[in-house]
Amino acid sequence: MTSLAAATTGWTLLLRTFMRRDRWQLLWWSVGLSALFVSQAVSVDGLYTSQADFDRAAATMEGNTAFIAMAGPARALNTTGGQVMWQAGAVGAVAIGLMAMLLVGRHTRAEEERGREELVRATAVGRCATLAAAAVTALAAVVVAGLLTGAGLVAYGLSFADSIATGAGLALCGAFFTGSALVAAQLASTTRGTYGLAGAVIGLAYGLRAVGDVGSPALSWLSPIGWYQAMHPYSGLRWWPALLLVVGALLATVLAVALFLRRDLGSGVLAARPGPAVASPALRSGFALAWRLQRASVLAWSGGILLGGLAYGSIGDDAGDLVGDSALTEDIFGAAAGDLVDGFFAVSLVMLALIATGFALSSMGRPRGQEEDGHAELTLSTGVSRLRWLGGQVAVCVLGTVLVVAAAGVGLAGGYAMVTGDLGAFERLTLPMLAMVAPVLVTVGVALLLYGVAPGAQSAAWLVLVLGVVVLMFGEVFRMPGWLRGLSPYEHLALAPAEPFRVLPFVALLAVAVALSLVGAFAFSRRDIR
Amino acid sequence: MTTPPLEVRGLTKSFGSTLALDRLDLSVERGEVHGFLGPNGAGKSTAIRVLLGLLRKDSGEVSLLGGDPWTDAARLHRRLAYVPGDVDLWPNLTGGEVIDLLGRLRGGVDPTRRDELVALFQLDPTKRGRSYSKGNRQKVALVAALAADVELLLLDEPTSGLDPIMESAFQQCVQDFRARGGTVLLSSHILAEVEQLCDRVSIIRNGRCVETGSLGELRHLTRTSVTVELAGPPRGLEQLEGVYDLVVDGHRARFDIDTALLDPALAALVAVGVRSLTTQPPTLEELFLRHYGDRIESEA
Ligand SMILES: Nc1ncnc2c1ncn2[C@@H]1O[C@H](COP(=O)(O)OP(=O)(O)OP(=O)(O)O)[C@@H](O)[C@H]1O
Ligand SMILES: [Mg+2]
Repeated sequence: MTSLAAATTGWTLLLRTFMRRDRWQLLWWSVGLSALFVSQAVSVDGLYTSQADFDRAAATMEGNTAFIAMAGPARALNTTGGQVMWQAGAVGAVAIGLMAMLLVGRHTRAEEERGREELVRATAVGRCATLAAAAVTALAAVVVAGLLTGAGLVAYGLSFADSIATGAGLALCGAFFTGSALVAAQLASTTRGTYGLAGAVIGLAYGLRAVGDVGSPALSWLSPIGWYQAMHPYSGLRWWPALLLVVGALLATVLAVALFLRRDLGSGVLAARPGPAVASPALRSGFALAWRLQRASVLAWSGGILLGGLAYGSIGDDAGDLVGDSALTEDIFGAAAGDLVDGFFAVSLVMLALIATGFALSSMGRPRGQEEDGHAELTLSTGVSRLRWLGGQVAVCVLGTVLVVAAAGVGLAGGYAMVTGDLGAFERLTLPMLAMVAPVLVTVGVALLLYGVAPGAQSAAWLVLVLGVVVLMFGEVFRMPGWLRGLSPYEHLALAPAEPFRVLPFVALLAVAVALSLVGAFAFSRRDIR
Repeated sequence: MTTPPLEVRGLTKSFGSTLALDRLDLSVERGEVHGFLGPNGAGKSTAIRVLLGLLRKDSGEVSLLGGDPWTDAARLHRRLAYVPGDVDLWPNLTGGEVIDLLGRLRGGVDPTRRDELVALFQLDPTKRGRSYSKGNRQKVALVAALAADVELLLLDEPTSGLDPIMESAFQQCVQDFRARGGTVLLSSHILAEVEQLCDRVSIIRNGRCVETGSLGELRHLTRTSVTVELAGPPRGLEQLEGVYDLVVDGHRARFDIDTALLDPALAALVAVGVRSLTTQPPTLEELFLRHYGDRIESEA
């Protein structure tokens, strides 16, 4: 016992530091997770006016394999609670897993990699203090998120026990993924490697239950997300599967500690894989460097959004049944398009464009990261001029955006063609999706402008994305004034697939994007490099 | 005849209210290794970053290889190589890839020379960015710079974190580079390195050049310690200009003297008759302590 105390001396001090560093992040994650669940209840209750309507939609969903694979086993889908757990359960478990992974990674492996852990370890803190503090930080975060979620659902008016179980199960999933991230941080010797391994565990958990739910239930029992869903909140709640999560989390944590005690500071159980000793002949320009640094993320986003597009597309002509026929439905999906199916796809196009903007903005954030890490200084001390350097990064960002948007369009049309056999979808859905490149690039232009003029404020460009989401979701519902909606770049294109493509808004948006970018690039060419 | 590769006149640069460079003058001749010294925060890195065109000067004149580093950065950079003091590498690129990349961006690498340097610095080029130790990250940047076929090296504390063997390998490389006619601006806090390598040094403080010249000239400006045994009791020393801390003990005397005023003092000693004499030139540390420290008091 004394040795344990000695090994963790000072951990509470570290815990306080971590909590202070993370408090906003923690808050946003928790609020976001809770909102994810509660908003499902709100939207379900808004969408269906009659139980008959709701039953019809539920029957359609139960019959859709793609939905089952994405969300989970179809249980009590004609109830609000059933819908909440079904729509938000698996996604929420993945999200809380990512939160735990990022918290653990950033306080353990990332600190070791940066050499700061060495400083801490040299002071009067125990060997395991950081590990303990990081684990407790992540656990506290998942508990807060679980509590907020449970409380939010209770406050909305759903059954008390089931709502608490939904929150508790979510927190336990978080605890499990905290454990697996702790193990990953011991195995990998780099932060990227840690996130890779921990992310793979989360992905595997999601994938196993997807395959399991569709056809081979045994596989779902191998997944912590499957255990969570096996608690059956709102559809015959049972608590015992939660025990599996508790035991799993404990075992993973014990394993992590055992591995930790066995390895040296700064090294991982798995040795870092050596890379090439010489650069490939292609790596010889600012553009090639930018592509090399971003290609993995371009491919991952393209793959992810392709799947997302497939999921939306596979709803096919069922869209009408699925979205109900309340006034809210009319507002969101039917506003200008008239036909509900067309309206649904019009919204899907914007939704996918907003997701693609996530890629575009994170890609346009790279130059700033490069500058802060001193990589820009290194590159700019060679024969690469500032504008070429920035141009390379922008080119990769634009290219990546086109690829990601195209993947979304191909996914959407592919999914639709799969269920309806109608290959015309590639023309009716993929081409309008490609047009969405223009509003996405306007957002990129804002980010580039800020990067040149006020790099410290660059993240404000995300507000354009937030505005786009708010206008899409609530523009009709709250009858927002036209000028406010007009501020969202996503609101100007023709409403495909119902309306034909219009050149003018497309070109105008591109012109705005170019103008913003030019001003940003000009400002960048005249300012200090950090 | 030709303009010096590096010439700075009255350079001023401020960050908000911090005046980092205050009418700095600096001139580096072709073919010399020029030490760039000064206490922490004196403005050395800032000056080098202005010279690289990374920072925009407020006023003053800067000429680099005959051009303007702000307007002509990329073209001039092909003729120089830079090593920052705190190297951070791209996490997913290996050291070998970084060396090749930086070389190519500068206009090409000679693979033989690169391999020689990798071997000389005992660098493992297959590791990725952050898995290098601090010293090894520094070596990656050094190899990339030394492998380049350039005429000017801008080195900002290039050997911080290198072990003594690597330090001597580095010194050899810089001497070879100079022998081939190259010019070096070397910012450093390692006095032994400065003493070994530098033909001339400039010392800056609070953004201003406070002293510049060869080490010999700078030594000249400081004091030499003299211990002497005479034929009789010393006479007239205390009246001499430039003599400090005189201690007389019978026929023996010990004192410090401004190196520039050595002649009259020796004449006074010879007049009595010298039995034995030891002089100790000022160490570099004394030289720098004087420049880094003394004036802070006098300015205060
Ligand atoms: N980007 C910046 N923003 C604000 N102040 C800066 C910036 N860069 C440097 N300074 C300030 O300018 C002054 C000179 O800094 P500089 O880095 O040039 O010193 P240095 O001589 O290189 O010191 P060291 O020996 O520690 O490397 C310092 O007061 C520093 O705080
Ligand atoms: Mg410095």
